[in-house]
Amino acid sequence: MIRKFALALAGLMMATGAYAAELKVGFVYVGPVGDFGWTYQHDQGRLAVEAEFGDRVETTYVESVPEGPDAERVIRQLAASGHGLIFTTSFGYMDPTLKIAKMFPKVKFEHATGYRRADNVSTYSARFYEGRHVIGLIAGMMTKTNKIGYIASVPIPEVVRGINAATLAARAVNPDVTIQVIWVNSWYDPGKEATAAKALIAQGADIIMQHTDSPAALQAAEIAGVLAFGQASNMIKFGPNAQLTAIIDDWSPYYIARVRAVLDGTWTSEDSWKGLAAGEVVMAPYTNLPDDVVATAEKAAADVASGAVHPFTGPIRDRDGTERIAAGAVADDGMMLGMDWFVEGVQGDLPK
Amino acid sequence: MENFIIPMIIAATPLLLAAIGELVTERSGVLNLGIEGMMLMGAVVAFAVANATGSTPLAILAGAGAGAAMALIFSVIALSLLANQPATGLALTIFGIGASGLIGQGFVGIALEPLSKLSIPYLSDSTALGRILLSHDAMVYLALALAAGVAWFLYSARGGLALRAVGDNHESAHALGYNVVAIRYLATLFGGACAGLGGAYLSVVDTPMWGENMTAGRGWIALALVVFATWRPGRLVAGAYLFAAVSILPFYAQAVDTFLCGRAPLLCFGDSEDKLLTLLPSQFLAMAPYLATILALVIISRDVNLTKANAPACIGRPFRAER
Repeated sequence: MIRKFALALAGLMMATGAYAAELKVGFVYVGPVGDFGWTYQHDQGRLAVEAEFGDRVETTYVESVPEGPDAERVIRQLAASGHGLIFTTSFGYMDPTLKIAKMFPKVKFEHATGYRRADNVSTYSARFYEGRHVIGLIAGMMTKTNKIGYIASVPIPEVVRGINAATLAARAVNPDVTIQVIWVNSWYDPGKEATAAKALIAQGADIIMQHTDSPAALQAAEIAGVLAFGQASNMIKFGPNAQLTAIIDDWSPYYIARVRAVLDGTWTSEDSWKGLAAGEVVMAPYTNLPDDVVATAEKAAADVASGAVHPFTGPIRDRDGTERIAAGAVADDGMMLGMDWFVEGVQGDLPK
Repeated sequence: MENFIIPMIIAATPLLLAAIGELVTERSGVLNLGIEGMMLMGAVVAFAVANATGSTPLAILAGAGAGAAMALIFSVIALSLLANQPATGLALTIFGIGASGLIGQGFVGIALEPLSKLSIPYLSDSTALGRILLSHDAMVYLALALAAGVAWFLYSARGGLALRAVGDNHESAHALGYNVVAIRYLATLFGGACAGLGGAYLSVVDTPMWGENMTAGRGWIALALVVFATWRPGRLVAGAYLFAAVSILPFYAQAVDTFLCGRAPLLCFGDSEDKLLTLLPSQFLAMAPYLATILALVIISRDVNLTKANAPACIGRPFRAER
């Protein structure tokens, strides 16, 4: 029923857009635009596209679309109603996107975080682990208990990679650090995220990292008087004394570039995985930190952006002691995209 | 342990609030499946009022009012117009999810000041028992007081007798001169107000923020809880704490394992990675409240007297006065 309502709404929005824009751009969101996390940031990207191109483009979005048959219906409806470019912003939209793309060869599709492409389907993601490297360094320098809490959502390579990147960086500056991981098995449940944060704090963690979408964990850290990092958007309002920085997803540069490519007729199918350098991953202003830590963090972000430093530089061993990356080598994209092992220093189980 | 019990009490409070209201509603013979929607409306309205006035008590009252307003919609449709109750309740949940999202659009990303905790000098912070019993926000105690009040009302007050009579046999209650529809209206409104309180607790006290769908299924757990408790307030309180404990158990697996292994080594085997709780997938624990409820249902259906169940006989059945 919600979906029907959303669909009806989408239909209504399409119907009212009677004036002719050069390009209609559709967005399919997995969550509500009000999540202040993943979907919120994608919608900020959509708004940036509108601001950039004004009347030349018209945008449509459909929110809270479940991954599965409904996604296919929504994508088909967008494609059939004159949208020339459609962004599908969740991993689970991969198959529906490819299926509909085959039916509408003239429509361009952009699928976030997927790995299957076609002539009219690009894939894109952002190197969030670059940001995790920076917050890992900060945490390693700031922790007093040498115990960092990490609230993880679901055990997929994207999340495991983030945990590993943060752990490697933290232990590089402070070898005594351990990272305690708690799986919430949800991307969004403020109550559980807050409880997980409290559990970690009770177990001695004095810095909280999160890979879930709500600001609840940061808020719990603020109340408990420990430090934390924001996730996906700048959450400083929820932790004015707790937030050290936040890893912000900024899709605007990518969305603007891709819309421009379609308008110019230069769009081709490609795989984009950019990070700090392209401004798709942005560090929120450093707060509640001493100057030397800020300087280190800024330098680390600059070095990662320039390519001078790679967060996964060998030698890297997994928890069982097996060498995964040889000394001097760096992890290639394939290895990072399939990462299913923890580095040394991570505590907590890794569900298979 | 103290580190586990305090969050457990916090996690149980919204469940307890919503479930005690639904218990009263169901004991009057009305099945309202709209708890999730009423909680969400309570949450968003409470947040809005807290944001506008800065007053937590006012916000919580407003949350209760919003829940009651939702219950009024349900009552008019299901009790006066005699629509199918489960269908109306489901529609109320779906409506509540959408409407709360709409109202809450402007509140995303706004933070509130957290509510101060109860603090009795010395008693609240010197001993573990003091911290467990006496260091919470007022809502924790309000929820327990409400449950005690409901228990007293149902079993010791004249009004409670009338309510149970309406729920068990509305024809007889009507023949005795009770206004069945009016009593059901009141019980449903009370249920809505309690669900609204539960939602307000989430958005104003526990995690002072608004996020769409932030109840994340707690309304359904509250519904299951009423059946699990076999419609008895005392068991409901115990059930709320049990369900809350199960829901947060995975986060404390390590700490709880250490506690258990010290006292019951049989539960623990292998090295530290292979403890009982870390072996249980967290999806299993997420499913546990519903599994327990199904088990309770099976036991009730085998022998109602054995479990001293209080399933209202007229639950979900529409009533129209014949004369």
